[in-house]
Amino acid sequence: MSSAESGPARRDGPLPLAGEPEGGAMVAIRATLKRDLVLMLRRRSEVLNPLVFFALVITLFPIGISPDPELLATIAPGLLWVAALLAALLSLDGLFRSDYEDGSLEQLLLSPQPLAALALAKVAVHWLLTGLPLALMAPVLGIMLSLPAGSYGVLAVSLALGSASLSLIGAIGAALTVGLSRGGVLISLLVLPLYIPVLIFGAGAVQAAILGAGVSAHLAILGALLAVALIFAPWAIAASLRISING
Amino acid sequence: MSLRLQARKLACERDDRWLFHDLDLDLCAGEIVRVEGPNGSGKTTLLKILSGQLADYRGELFWRGAPMRRVRRDFLANLLYLGHAPGVKAALTALENLAWYQALAGASGDEDDRLAALETVGLAGFEDLPTGQLSAGQQRRVALARLELMPRPLWVLDEPFTAIDREGVAALEARLEAHTRRGGCVLVTTHHALRASSALRSVRLGEGGAGVER
Repeated sequence: MSSAESGPARRDGPLPLAGEPEGGAMVAIRATLKRDLVLMLRRRSEVLNPLVFFALVITLFPIGISPDPELLATIAPGLLWVAALLAALLSLDGLFRSDYEDGSLEQLLLSPQPLAALALAKVAVHWLLTGLPLALMAPVLGIMLSLPAGSYGVLAVSLALGSASLSLIGAIGAALTVGLSRGGVLISLLVLPLYIPVLIFGAGAVQAAILGAGVSAHLAILGALLAVALIFAPWAIAASLRISING
Repeated sequence: MSLRLQARKLACERDDRWLFHDLDLDLCAGEIVRVEGPNGSGKTTLLKILSGQLADYRGELFWRGAPMRRVRRDFLANLLYLGHAPGVKAALTALENLAWYQALAGASGDEDDRLAALETVGLAGFEDLPTGQLSAGQQRRVALARLELMPRPLWVLDEPFTAIDREGVAALEARLEAHTRRGGCVLVTTHHALRASSALRSVRLGEGGAGVER
């Protein structure tokens, strides 16, 4: 839309027909990012829930298994990764649901902007307020599991990279199940198989850091998974949203 | 080519029942077309098909003479759709809601325009409250403020009068007529009796499935 159409003068004159929209995509993407950030920050409990879940699960393991530091250190990488993955999975159900219920999703689909880019903006906010905090919190919980020194940095980096893939892949499941009243379990079934490679290489990176082996190969594969997800997931999310809304 | 939405031999089936079939519809500049019919007769479905949201139908749609599939983005840039759900975020203020809608259209917009639009729909003084604290009618008015704000020629409105008070209904009717006088067109469903006007036509759904245009 050109700026000539705005302003009070337009209320009386004949209506212009808009041509193909140009250049407005960045405005729409920025506004969607900002809107979702504001929304999430006004509903703090939704941001805190996955973090509390993560902390609780990790706290319970030493109590339930054994406080023996050596045993805990062996299982710590896997535990931290699995708990973070489940925490991220839990938060996914709400990604498109509230928008679906109040009709904003319908309007998002009717916007003349590329839907894949707008969906990517929503996923980016989800990662920023779920995946990234989980990654930053994991080293602190690692202390509780007596994770050997030297692997904390790798843990945070692997989770930050991996959780971005988790958000992207999970959003496809969230988009496919948004029209169903109880989509939570179905999302897990749909996306868990796709989460497994991320889990293997993520936990593997931390394990490698503990053993003193090189971690760059694991992190590179996590990065590659993220790159593939970034290329394909937005289109898949857009298509899934269309299917859900048309259903 | 001027504003024109055409449907040819439109048919839609739901649960082994024809909602309508062989429905021909022409929507030109300066017209209000009202879709009538009892509950469950497929009014919302028809509006969703005509606004390009549902792909599950038979027949063809043309926008300005070209098949809809080819000119979808151009069509969407000219369409303003208000559905059953108002599309208003409860946690955002009225101004923030409108700002997002403007941005979705690709315009950054300015605050004065948004304030003016809210004042027109009678929400002056409620701009900075989270819309969740407003009444159902006021939330609907926030959605209706988009009609003032965004210069889109084709309006598709699904039950726009829901929860609106009597003065609001009169104002909205006047708004619809003003829109058609400026060369816009309106497709609307409502159970409310619209004021007779030369621009008004009706399409009736139901009655054994056939859509009849009068």
